[in-house]
Amino acid sequence: MLKDITIGQYFPGDTFVHKLDPRIKILIIIMFITSLFFIDSFFPYIFILGFILFSIKISDIPLKFVLKGLKPLALIISITFIINVFFTKGEVLFKIGPLSITKEGLSQATFMALRLIFLITGTSLLTLTTSPISLTDGIEKLLSPFKKIGLPAHELAMMMTIALRFIPTLLEETDKIMKAQMARGADFESGNVINRAKNLVPLLVPLFINAFRRADELAIAMEARCYRGGENRTRLNELKLNKQDILAISIMGIFFGFIVSTRYI
Amino acid sequence: MAQDMIRMENLSYEYNSIEGNNQLLAINNVNISVKKGEYLVILGHNGSGKSTLAKLMNGLLLPTKGNVYVNGMNTRDEEKIWDIRETAGMVFQNPDNQIVATIVEEDVAFGPENQGVPPLEIRQRVDDALRIVDMTEYKKHAPHLLSGGQKQRVAIAGILAMKPECIILDEPTAMLDPIGRVEIINTIKKLNKEEKKTIVHITHYMDEAVEADRILIMEQGQIVMEGTPREIFSQVEKVKKLGLDVPQVTELAYELRKEGINVPQDILTVEELVKAL
Repeated sequence: MLKDITIGQYFPGDTFVHKLDPRIKILIIIMFITSLFFIDSFFPYIFILGFILFSIKISDIPLKFVLKGLKPLALIISITFIINVFFTKGEVLFKIGPLSITKEGLSQATFMALRLIFLITGTSLLTLTTSPISLTDGIEKLLSPFKKIGLPAHELAMMMTIALRFIPTLLEETDKIMKAQMARGADFESGNVINRAKNLVPLLVPLFINAFRRADELAIAMEARCYRGGENRTRLNELKLNKQDILAISIMGIFFGFIVSTRYI
Repeated sequence: MAQDMIRMENLSYEYNSIEGNNQLLAINNVNISVKKGEYLVILGHNGSGKSTLAKLMNGLLLPTKGNVYVNGMNTRDEEKIWDIRETAGMVFQNPDNQIVATIVEEDVAFGPENQGVPPLEIRQRVDDALRIVDMTEYKKHAPHLLSGGQKQRVAIAGILAMKPECIILDEPTAMLDPIGRVEIINTIKKLNKEEKKTIVHITHYMDEAVEADRILIMEQGQIVMEGTPREIFSQVEKVKKLGLDVPQVTELAYELRKEGINVPQDILTVEELVKAL
């Protein structure tokens, strides 16, 4: 059940997109999201679609894999669509009982649904082509100018790394505890929502206690390995911008600038 | 004096409960010195104070009384604390809880990164450390997909990459299966013989102590026996009285002697027993 989630998953590869500096990729995605919210007509969507398909193509990720990421969010997309269809005023096309579907509603609904789909596929491209480690590295580096105003950039990145590191460990542990409790007659699958939530208590208590114990041991182990925060720390793989990175961000800058400008033309 | 890696003088350590009225004397007036290049094993059953002793050795805990010197540096000296931890690296019991990063080589690099070593040298140290523990082919793997023994070897590599002179291992095999244990013991032997590291190995498996240069047995925070493996394990009854076992072969030899078969007292390995018989 927990293994089906593709959002945030990394799809290893050795393509141009994979090799781009994570900082550049994060910046491109930020531009992508901003421009997406500037768009107010269908026409620029062609460019966005083109951008997404092109990126998927050159990063060698199967299209199916990207679309699979939409599945868990299908419900949210449909709800957005339905609300927009029924609750936008305008020229009535046909009526079902008290609800009416308008021409504007239909177009607005498609517009919003597309925006969501583009948003999700675009951002999942970032995580699909960037390993968690370089992603956190990128975030740390991008946030480091804000250290001056007291933002703990290094600490945030370290927390993310550790969280990512312990996700599989804790999932394994959850599975183990669940089986142990089931062997002693615990029931996690039947009953109504409230009963089910109650039945989770014997799972959550040991899980949390273990997590705290792990955190304690990890902290001691990190101290024994001379960890003393981000100052004077070097990295095994330092991030370096090369020509391709500069080229990519310049082209993308112009591209998204153009898309934003379509709003005002 | 100069050749002492770790020296503990009149060392005591007391745990206080949160209310402050219950005290537990975990280490009681202990004097130990560990020589450079020595392979020392500390034995003792649960609650004998051996893990506390390990944490005192690199300044994770500070003594209540007495002093600990690591390569001449006092662990009470706050300015020296990072030098001390670079000199005396520590490997813990649970490999899962000491691996920080999501890729093996990134984790091995964690120590040198903290030391501020330049990237090129980190690369060199990481490759060397992984080669020593025989994990080079796994360097791009995710740690959670490795076996317990492999994870523990990654943890050892993480310490090795910091280039410590001394490695303290606090029950490194307690959570491993028999195959993992053999892997770790072989790695430890290699570190001592080939890499010339001083080893302090804390354990409660007797079989692992046979290879040591010297054994200390702890009981209620004190050193109750000290000597070479041969000296210690020839006193089968005394060791058993302390709630510990002797290696299986030694035990067998002991039983044989009781039955009147003439074998020497200080048998430690299967080969020795075969020869004696």
